[in-house]
Amino acid sequence: MRWLLRPFAGLAVPAAAVIAALLVGVVLLGVFGANPITGYRALFTGAFGGPDELAATALKSIPLMLVGVGICIAFRTGVINIGGEGQIIMGAILATLVAIALPDVPRPILVPLVMIAGGIGGGIWGAIPGALKAYSGVNEILSTIMMNIIAGFFMSFLLEDWLIAPGAIKIQQTKRLTPNADLPILPGGTRLHLGIVVALIVAILGYLLLFRSGLGLRLRAVGHNQHASRAAGMKVELSITQALALSGACAGIAGAVLVFGSESHRLIGEGGPLAFTQSAGFNGIVTALFGGLHPLFTVLSSYLFGGMLSGGISLQRAVQVPQALVIALNGVVVVFVVSSLLLQNRVRRWAEGEVQMEDRA
Amino acid sequence: MQPPMLEMRNITKRFPGVVANEGVDLTVLPGQVHTLLGENGAGKSTLVKILYGLYQPDEGNISFDGSPINIDSPATAIGIGIGMIHQHFMLVDTLTVAENVALGLGKQLSLTNLKPIRQRIEEVSEEFGLRVNPDAYIWQMAVGERQRAEILKALYRNVRLLVLDEPTAVLTPPEVTDLFVTLKQLTADGRGLVFISHKLNEVMEISDEITVLRDGKVSGHTRPAECTRESLATLMVGRPVELTRTLEAQTPGTPKLEVHSLAVRGDRGKLAVEDVSLQVHAGEIVGIVGVSGNGQRELAEAIMGLREIESGEIAINSQQTSTPTPKQVRQMGLAYVPEERMKYGSIGDFTVAENLVLTDYNRPPYVRRGVLSLSAIEQRSKQLVDDYSIRTPNTQTLTRKLSGGNIQKVVLAREFSGDAEVLLVAQPTRGVDIGAAEYIHQQLLTQRKQGKAILLISEDLDEVMALSDRLVVMYEGAIMGQIPKQEATTEQIGLLMSGVS
Repeated sequence: MRWLLRPFAGLAVPAAAVIAALLVGVVLLGVFGANPITGYRALFTGAFGGPDELAATALKSIPLMLVGVGICIAFRTGVINIGGEGQIIMGAILATLVAIALPDVPRPILVPLVMIAGGIGGGIWGAIPGALKAYSGVNEILSTIMMNIIAGFFMSFLLEDWLIAPGAIKIQQTKRLTPNADLPILPGGTRLHLGIVVALIVAILGYLLLFRSGLGLRLRAVGHNQHASRAAGMKVELSITQALALSGACAGIAGAVLVFGSESHRLIGEGGPLAFTQSAGFNGIVTALFGGLHPLFTVLSSYLFGGMLSGGISLQRAVQVPQALVIALNGVVVVFVVSSLLLQNRVRRWAEGEVQMEDRA
Repeated sequence: MQPPMLEMRNITKRFPGVVANEGVDLTVLPGQVHTLLGENGAGKSTLVKILYGLYQPDEGNISFDGSPINIDSPATAIGIGIGMIHQHFMLVDTLTVAENVALGLGKQLSLTNLKPIRQRIEEVSEEFGLRVNPDAYIWQMAVGERQRAEILKALYRNVRLLVLDEPTAVLTPPEVTDLFVTLKQLTADGRGLVFISHKLNEVMEISDEITVLRDGKVSGHTRPAECTRESLATLMVGRPVELTRTLEAQTPGTPKLEVHSLAVRGDRGKLAVEDVSLQVHAGEIVGIVGVSGNGQRELAEAIMGLREIESGEIAINSQQTSTPTPKQVRQMGLAYVPEERMKYGSIGDFTVAENLVLTDYNRPPYVRRGVLSLSAIEQRSKQLVDDYSIRTPNTQTLTRKLSGGNIQKVVLAREFSGDAEVLLVAQPTRGVDIGAAEYIHQQLLTQRKQGKAILLISEDLDEVMALSDRLVVMYEGAIMGQIPKQEATTEQIGLLMSGVS
C-alpha cells in the first residue's frame, strides 16, 4: 500500500487542500445564492478555456513565478522573505528611472537593461533586511514587512511629485515611458509578452543556482543547519544576506515586468501599492510553497494560481457575486495550502516509513 | 535457590515496522545484580519501559514475587516496589533533597512538614552510606550527589527492585567505585537490581547475571565467571570484536597544535576554560579526559573558532591567531569531528554525497566556475563510502536515515580524508555501536601513523586511555595534570578528574 502511494505523497496533501478549499467555496457561493457548478465552470473556462484565456492566465502568473522563485531561494536558506511587495516596488521604481534616464537606447538593449535595473532595485531592498538579520539578529519577518510599507510610501511620494506625469493632477502615475523599454508582445495573436520568457529564464537560473552551483549548496546547507555549515567553514552571515538579496532581485524583476508589460506602459501608484503589485509579493509565497520550494514546480503552481486570479473574474461575472467573495475564495485556498504544509511533512515521512517509529535506544 | 523476585517471560513488543523485543526472558533473584547489555537499539530500554509500566507488551507475561501481574502504569510499578533511576535525573533543581523526596511521595505530599522526611532520609543515607544532605538544593549538587539523591528517593519508598539506566555514564571513576559499594549494600539487603550499561569492565565487575540483547532478542545469558569482555562483545555485535588497541611506539614530531594560556567563557558567561596550555605534536594522540561539563566542549569550540577566545591564543602549523574562524583554522590545516554529529558535524537533510564534500564543495574539482561537478562529487563520495565502509544504500541517501555509527563515519571520512595535519576529535564513539567504535578507533590510529597530530576529547576514559600517547586531565576548566600514557593509572586519573591533585 505504502509503496503504491509513495510517489504521490508530495502532491496528495496540497491537492487535497485545494479541493477542500474549493468545497468551502461551494458553501460560500451557496450562501450568496449562486450556483456553485455554474460558478466553478466559469472559473475554469475563464482561466483555461481558450488561447486568450490561457494567455491572460499566463500574464497574471508572471509576477507570481518571479516572486515565487525568489521565495524558493530565501526559504531554502532558512530566511522568511515577506518583503516581496516592497522588493517589487523598488525594482519597478529603479527600472522606471532607468527608462526615464535613457529613453533613446535601442530596444534590444534597453529591455534587458530595465529588467536588470529591476533586479538591482529589488535586490538592494532584500539585502538590507538580509544584512540586518545576519549581522545583528533583526527578525527578517518583521523587517521585510516594514520594508514593504517604506517602499509603498516611497513610491507614493515619488509619484506625488517628481515622477508624476505632466498634467496628471492628483493621479499617481508617471508619463507613458519610452516605447524602447516596452516588453515585446509574443507572436500568436494574444496579449502575452516577453515577460513570460523572462520568468521562465529566471526560474531555470534559480533551479541551477540552488541545485547545481556551489553557492546554492552553501545556501541550502545554511538553510538546513547553520551550526554544521559554520563548523564546515561556510560564511553563514554572508549566505543569509545573499539569499535575501537574490530573493529580492527576483521580485524586483517582477516589478520591472509589471511596469513595462502593462498596457499603459507606466508606473501607476493610484489605488495603493497592492493595486500595482497585484499582491504578487504575498501570493508568490503561496505558489512557492505549493511548488515545494522548487523553482520549476513553482512555475507550474504559479500558473495554476494565475488561473484562479483570471478565472475569478469570469466567476464573478457568471454568478453575479461581489468581488470580495472572489478574493475571499483565493484567501481560503491560500490558508488551506499554507496550513497543509505541516501535514505534508508528516505524510512524506509516513511514505518514508519514519512516522511512529519509537526510538529503541 | 531462592524463588525469583521478577520473572519476565517471552516478552514481545512491536512498533510499526520494528520488533523492539522478541521473546525476551528476564529473571531477577533477590540480592542479585542482573545486567542488561546490548548496543543502541538492541531493545534494553523497551524492556525496562515495559517493566516500569511505560509500555504494554504485545505478548508475554510478568510475575513479581511469584504472582502474575499486569503493570499498566508507572504507579503500579512503584506500588509493587519497582524503582527506576533514569539516565536523566528526575529531580526538581530548585528544591532541596527532602522536598524532592516529599514530591515523589504523591498523595502523602507534605511540603510544610518535612521533619519526619528529613529524619528518615538521614536514617536511609546512614544505612547505605549515601552521604546526602537533605537540605541541600539539587542545583548546588554535583552529578554524583544528584544520583545518590535519586537513589535515596527510591529507597525512601522502599523499592525492592531497582532499575538503573546507564548510571555510570555521568560519573568519575571514584564516584563509580562509590556507587558500586552502595549497589553491593542494596543487594546484600535482599533487593534486586537491573543494571544497564555498555561498559564491559563495569559489567564484569558488578554483575551476578548478564543478559545480552541483540536486535530485540536475547543473544546470550551468562555470568562474569563464565565469560570475558571479548565474548560479551561478540554476543552484542554478533561477530568477533577486537577490543584491545596497541599503540605502536612512535616518536612525536614537531608541534602542530599549540594552545597558549587560553581562557574561554561558557554559555552562561562564566569562564569555562581557564589558562589552558597544551601542545600536540605530529604523530601523537593527546587525550583530554574529564567529567562532562568541565570545559572540554568549550575548549574544542574555541580552537575551532566557534566560540570567542577571552584571552590567550592558538597556533596551528605555527600560524598564530587569537580570533580564529572555522574557515581560517580549516585553511591552516585543522579538521574537526564535533561531539554532536547531527548538529555540528553533518546536515541530516543533505545526501551522503553532499555531506562528504561539505568542507570542499567550493574547491576544484567539485566546483568549476561556480558550477558543481556532480560527477566529481559522486566519484569522490563513492570512494569515501568504500574506504570508510559507510553502510548506506547509495550516496544519494539522506544522511539522517543512516545509523549513528554510519553518520559518524561520514563525518570522519570527510574530515580525515583531506589534507589537514591536525585533527580535533570530540566524543568520536559516543552513541555508536561497538563495531563502528572499533572501526573508528582503528582510523584514529591510522591517522596517528600517518603523522597527524590528534587532540582527542572523550568522556569515555577507557577509550582515551587506550588510544592516547599523553593524557590531559581537565577539571573545572583548568588542566589538573598532563601524564604520559605509560605512567597513567585509572586511580590517579580518577582523582585528578574529581579535582584532587
